[in-house]
Amino acid sequence: MTTTAPPPTAPPPHKAKTVTRPGDRIFSGLSRGSGIFVLVIMGAIALFLTIRAVSAISKDHANFFTTFEWNAALTPPQFGIAVLAYGTIVSAVIAMAIAVPIAVGIALFITHYAPRRLGDVIAYVIDLLAAVPSIIYGLWGALFLVPHLQGLNLWLNHYLGWTVIFHKSDPNSTPRSLFTVGILLAIMILPIITNVSREVIRQVPKMHEEAALALGATRWEVIRMSVLPFARSGIISASMLGLGRALGETMAVATVLSADSTLSAHLLDPGGGTFSQNIVAKFGEATNFGRDALIASGLVLFVITLLVNGAARLIIARRKEYSGANA
Amino acid sequence: MTNTAVDATASAARPASPRLATRRLPRWTPAAVAGGSIVVAVAIGAGADLHSHIQWGLIALLLFVGGSYAITARVEGRRQAKDRVATSLIWSAFILAVLPLYSLIETTIKQGAGVINGTFLTHSMKNVLTIEPGGGIYHAIIGTIEQVAIAAAIATPIGILTAVYLVEYGRGWLAKVVTFFVDVMTGIPSIVAGLFILSLWFILLDKAPQSGFAGSLALAILMTPIVVRSTEEMLKLVPNELREASFALGVPKWRTITKVVVPTAIGGITTGVMLALARIAGESAPVALLIYGAQYINNNPFKGPQESLPYYIYQQYVDGNPASYARAWGAALVLIAFVMILNLVARLIARWKAPQHSGR
Amino acid sequence: MAKRIDVSGLSAYYGSHKAIDDISMTVEPGSVTAFIGPSGCGKSTFLRTLNRMHEVTPGGRVEGKVMLDDENLYGSGVDPVTVRRTVGMVFQRPNPFPTMSIYDNVAAGLRLNGIRRKGELDTIVEKSLKGANLWNEVKDRLNKPGSGLSGGQQQRLCIARAIAVEPEVLLMDEPCSALDPISTLAIEDLIGELKERFTIVIVTHNMQQAARVSERTAFFNLAAVGQPGKLIEIDDTERIFANPSVQATEDYISGRFG
Repeated sequence: MTTTAPPPTAPPPHKAKTVTRPGDRIFSGLSRGSGIFVLVIMGAIALFLTIRAVSAISKDHANFFTTFEWNAALTPPQFGIAVLAYGTIVSAVIAMAIAVPIAVGIALFITHYAPRRLGDVIAYVIDLLAAVPSIIYGLWGALFLVPHLQGLNLWLNHYLGWTVIFHKSDPNSTPRSLFTVGILLAIMILPIITNVSREVIRQVPKMHEEAALALGATRWEVIRMSVLPFARSGIISASMLGLGRALGETMAVATVLSADSTLSAHLLDPGGGTFSQNIVAKFGEATNFGRDALIASGLVLFVITLLVNGAARLIIARRKEYSGANA
Repeated sequence: MTNTAVDATASAARPASPRLATRRLPRWTPAAVAGGSIVVAVAIGAGADLHSHIQWGLIALLLFVGGSYAITARVEGRRQAKDRVATSLIWSAFILAVLPLYSLIETTIKQGAGVINGTFLTHSMKNVLTIEPGGGIYHAIIGTIEQVAIAAAIATPIGILTAVYLVEYGRGWLAKVVTFFVDVMTGIPSIVAGLFILSLWFILLDKAPQSGFAGSLALAILMTPIVVRSTEEMLKLVPNELREASFALGVPKWRTITKVVVPTAIGGITTGVMLALARIAGESAPVALLIYGAQYINNNPFKGPQESLPYYIYQQYVDGNPASYARAWGAALVLIAFVMILNLVARLIARWKAPQHSGR
Repeated sequence: MAKRIDVSGLSAYYGSHKAIDDISMTVEPGSVTAFIGPSGCGKSTFLRTLNRMHEVTPGGRVEGKVMLDDENLYGSGVDPVTVRRTVGMVFQRPNPFPTMSIYDNVAAGLRLNGIRRKGELDTIVEKSLKGANLWNEVKDRLNKPGSGLSGGQQQRLCIARAIAVEPEVLLMDEPCSALDPISTLAIEDLIGELKERFTIVIVTHNMQQAARVSERTAFFNLAAVGQPGKLIEIDDTERIFANPSVQATEDYISGRFG
């Protein structure tokens, strides 16, 4: 030690006299390493997708964001995500509009209306719904739901056709439409919204409900006055988790939707597409470049779901801190 | 002046009759209204010649909600009527959710049960024309089992170790970041996981992947966060006294974790891993991109295309003829049974292990 | 306005467990009655049977009669919702609705009863907050959330909320046990003022409090853990504290047990 630099003022990072055993060091290193590995994977997903996507988009001779058609095999290639983004968002929004009220209803049913036994059974059934693989929803959706929705489609067209969105251009076309996809997605995301909402509704302190009861509130008034306001942020984030699922669902959309590159406000008309449906549908015949193009659309999907899920988780985390400090 | 005014309003706030006993509907009212609505709906449906029974159901539902509101509002008052409507809406929500599940299970069993036999389970699709009945799912079962097993072999240790890190070691910003991204990772669409592995192969090996192993990697990405979450929950349930007791005996931390903490929670951890398995066993999107599917048996997950059960269903659906639809339903029934059994066993393990946590 | 409560042969259960056994008593109108007794003796459970809150707990069930003047709370055709509007309640921990402002908290019960005109609401909210001795402290921040108040203020807000709907009876379940001595004093003063308008029943762990605020005191006890709680005696507060007729009461009050 020939340096004259003053000794560091901060204490050494190791706590005084703590012997770190090799076993401890290896094990904590391993587990810490696993945690870091998870982060690395997330980073790698973003990085690798971006690398391939950039190389694909740079060769795109059409505007990637506003072009309807997906013709990556053309020379020069022309492809864009306008239809896909529209279809993904519209079908997810339909799914949310149907699923959220029903899911909150079921969550309330389990927590406040059903006898305890029945509530447990239903919670279990909902878990089973969540466990059914999406391809089976897809098969059921395409072979059972689609023909059975024709009646509803005609009805909507007849009575609500004037709203434009429920106008069906060709009444005889099979309802392989974004609307049907939305209904199927609603069924698929129902369990996750129900389960998360149920948890937050369970966390509503009994004393807030009793406060409303003691004022002479009916059961519904108790729910409106104390349960829903308290659980609101939790229900919002539950819905966003469901939204994330709906945005990324692949197989159920691929089987039900009869896809093309039209962007139509008529939700009952077949056509349109979603990100993941397009990837599966175009992948088989795609060249290596075509696959890069698909990866580019996947990157957009990744970013969207990342934002939606991240926001949902942040809301949950903030809420936890808030109620934790309050308790 | 204010005083008398206040008193006047206060007494106006009271109901005219302070009696507690109010007119109330008998307990069987909802059942009666429901019955009545169904009868009327069936009459309307049959009369107006509506084909879809779903429409009949919707009419019955509307009649039920409207009818209970009207009757309750008349007899018990508007507040009670609102309460009654909320109740019937919430019941309807429940029924609406159960119907598709019922229909899905019923359809799958009805369409699939006739297809499943010894040949179906023990043969592949090699040399089977898609429009002809016959062939089977043996190659798909092999593929699914191998792919899922490899994915589990990768995801389980990483997932459990990450959970151990978060619960036993995690302090400060790193733990917070890991927690956040594990949560976000649970929301990654399976197709994106598939695309990632695809780009990994392109960039590192400069070729397209075409093996069960590549698919397993994508499945592992989907499985890891589920394992982390469930393991974390289970480790948090282990009472701190156990850890302290072990420390007090001079047992080092890592041995405390491996010999005391993890064994205590092992039942719950197993349940979590099995539920995660059930989840990824049904994934087909990554298979489409990475394993390609095959008509024949390929026992080697590291070389050449393989089949998997969910992807088999997709392929048979896409083939689009009666024979392939039948095979799709058969495979769907097998897959559903597989997933449900995994679920059931996982829950049984959880229940069987639960009483050991006396704290709950 | 205030009403007499006449309880006869009342027992309450949690599932198959009997929590209180065969209680009969009379609570005089326009007075304060205090319930005292060791923990777990069922005094809170009994209080909650007086506005049918007991049956809200899963498995909660009641036998017997509670007459409010000439009407049985448990009579057929009686809606528990109406009962709870007539018999108000203040809880152990202050529980203002966390998402509502101070004003909305007080107005909550009124809105349930269909009072929506702004002027009418304003008048009653002011009157109730004055009645709870809280008006001067909050009149400038009526639109701020109720959870921002101190514990004692929150409890008085809950009292204001309860009296806003003009109940006949006011039940208080250890209303001061979560409060500091100064806030407690404020609540006790308030109880003294409120008894002119309401019949008040208060459960308390604090015997000095019972002695300070009540005219009548009821002593509850249980024979052993797991046994149902019973009413040992009810009498004028002065007599209970000076010269109780049952030995167990004297033991409890003089601090020999409990």
